[in-house]
Amino acid sequence: MRSNGPRLAAIALAIVVIAVLPAIAPSFIVFDFIFVAAYAIAILGLIVLTGMNGQISLGHGAFMALGGYVAAVLAHNAGWPYWIGVPLAAVASGAFGILIGLIALRLAGVYLALATFSLAVATPSFLKHFKSVTGGFGGLSLDTVKAPGWFPLDAQNWLYYVAWAVTGVVFLLSALLVQGKFGRALRALRDNPIAAVSFGVNPYYYKTLAFGWSAVLAGIGGAFLAMATAYVSPDTFTFALSITLLIGAVLGGILTFWGALVGAIVVEFLPFVAQKINAGAPGVVYGVALILMMLFVPDGIVGGLQRLVRGLIGQPQLQPALEPTVPPAASIAVDQPSRE
Amino acid sequence: MAPSEGALLEARDLHARYGEIEAIRGVDLTVARGSIVALLGANGAGKTSTLRALTGTIKTTGTVVFAGRTLQRRTPEDAARIGIGHVPEGRGTLSSLSVWENLMLGAYCVSKRASVRARCDRVIGYFPWLAERKHQPAGTLSGGEQQMLAIARALMLEPQLLLLDEPSLGLGPKIVRDIFALLRTINQQDGVSILVAEQNATVALAVADHAYVLETGRVAVSGPSSELAGNDRVRRSYLGY
Repeated sequence: MRSNGPRLAAIALAIVVIAVLPAIAPSFIVFDFIFVAAYAIAILGLIVLTGMNGQISLGHGAFMALGGYVAAVLAHNAGWPYWIGVPLAAVASGAFGILIGLIALRLAGVYLALATFSLAVATPSFLKHFKSVTGGFGGLSLDTVKAPGWFPLDAQNWLYYVAWAVTGVVFLLSALLVQGKFGRALRALRDNPIAAVSFGVNPYYYKTLAFGWSAVLAGIGGAFLAMATAYVSPDTFTFALSITLLIGAVLGGILTFWGALVGAIVVEFLPFVAQKINAGAPGVVYGVALILMMLFVPDGIVGGLQRLVRGLIGQPQLQPALEPTVPPAASIAVDQPSRE
Repeated sequence: MAPSEGALLEARDLHARYGEIEAIRGVDLTVARGSIVALLGANGAGKTSTLRALTGTIKTTGTVVFAGRTLQRRTPEDAARIGIGHVPEGRGTLSSLSVWENLMLGAYCVSKRASVRARCDRVIGYFPWLAERKHQPAGTLSGGEQQMLAIARALMLEPQLLLLDEPSLGLGPKIVRDIFALLRTINQQDGVSILVAEQNATVALAVADHAYVLETGRVAVSGPSSELAGNDRVRRSYLGY
């Protein structure tokens, strides 16, 4: 096995930074980092689904909406505490995810992207329609999440630590899920479904489960988004949110869990940075930044960093193939596509 | 129909279609236990479809008897579980997974860790370079190496029958000869029966015991390889001399 040293060091560093951030950073940064946690969880869901399993979703904002609204409605209308509301949000979103996953079995590539996109587009109108439960246009205001009385943390820091603790747990659970046999099967279905099936991998089982778990994560992310804002409205969960999640996943690095963390930081702060650079046209700055990043780090920021580190510590590059690949003449002779 | 004596696989009246196009139209074939059988034919003759029909990758009608059992509802999963290894067309490389992960997926249906390890050792005996390259992404291997990885991966299942779909595809003549020589070795040492679909009739007939020539979805000619290699019609149509 390759050395796990650098990875463990990076995890330890991330944990330390997250743990001490409230002590060293201004309050508004800590507030922003609650959103980063919410996005990181949701983007992790997209990485499991799209990065690991190859199913493209342009509709994960809908699962965030479901999670956010389940937590909000239970708190607002029924007065239930969040430690019940968030798990139920996860369950509801996961169940919906499995349902959509079953539909997704019949769709591939751009067709799945479009189908999930329509889900994202429909979400705000759907939320506005069921006024009595969702509060319609106006949404629902929520009480601030407070620490238990005996606990010496103010409301913001409490939510910050809860959000990041949950983030840690779901990252760990996801890592356990995708390592070993299960993860190999997920990625095999992404790389070459026909081959994967020939080993005995059941595509229906894995793809549906990947969709379900992905939706669980998006639902939890949505619930924390609702708690952080102490408010939910249809405008929180527009289709732009779904696109933002995909942008975060791709920019961060869709093939690694670190991509979720980095991507969440990017989507949370890039708009502010863009605003600072040019207050008149932040959208242009945002767009140009995206294009530049795709040009220079197509495998995401994490992929780029990994290459950089590998270059610095002089890790040997991959060995070249033993023989030169296919002689051109031979490939021309037999390479005609056959439809047998 | 009663299964023939010594047959590992017996397919009768296989049909398969893609929408309007009928890809195979009543194929009968038998693979004797321990033998190598070649499935020859031009592009579109139905070689890939026949292999896919056997494993249930495509919807088919007809009967398949494997190791004395009639396979009623054929699915690729069941095929893997009962010991049919399939090296799909185009090698089926899982490009972004490592060589080792590719091998482990081949043993997906093998639940005992000890058996997986034993299989792994056995397969590395045939392909020693796999061990040195186990962390390399499989997509960075050369075409010939990917084909060998695909064969190694299918062997991880400890199959009774190995189906290969055009192992020569896109490879140079020397590598093709090496691969077929290796198939012969594997067949003799492990007792794995092999059904190989191939356009390169010369090399396939050289190692196969028996061969079928498909033409527009039907078996046009069949017989022992030596006989087919001497058959004028086969020679003109498929061997080109």
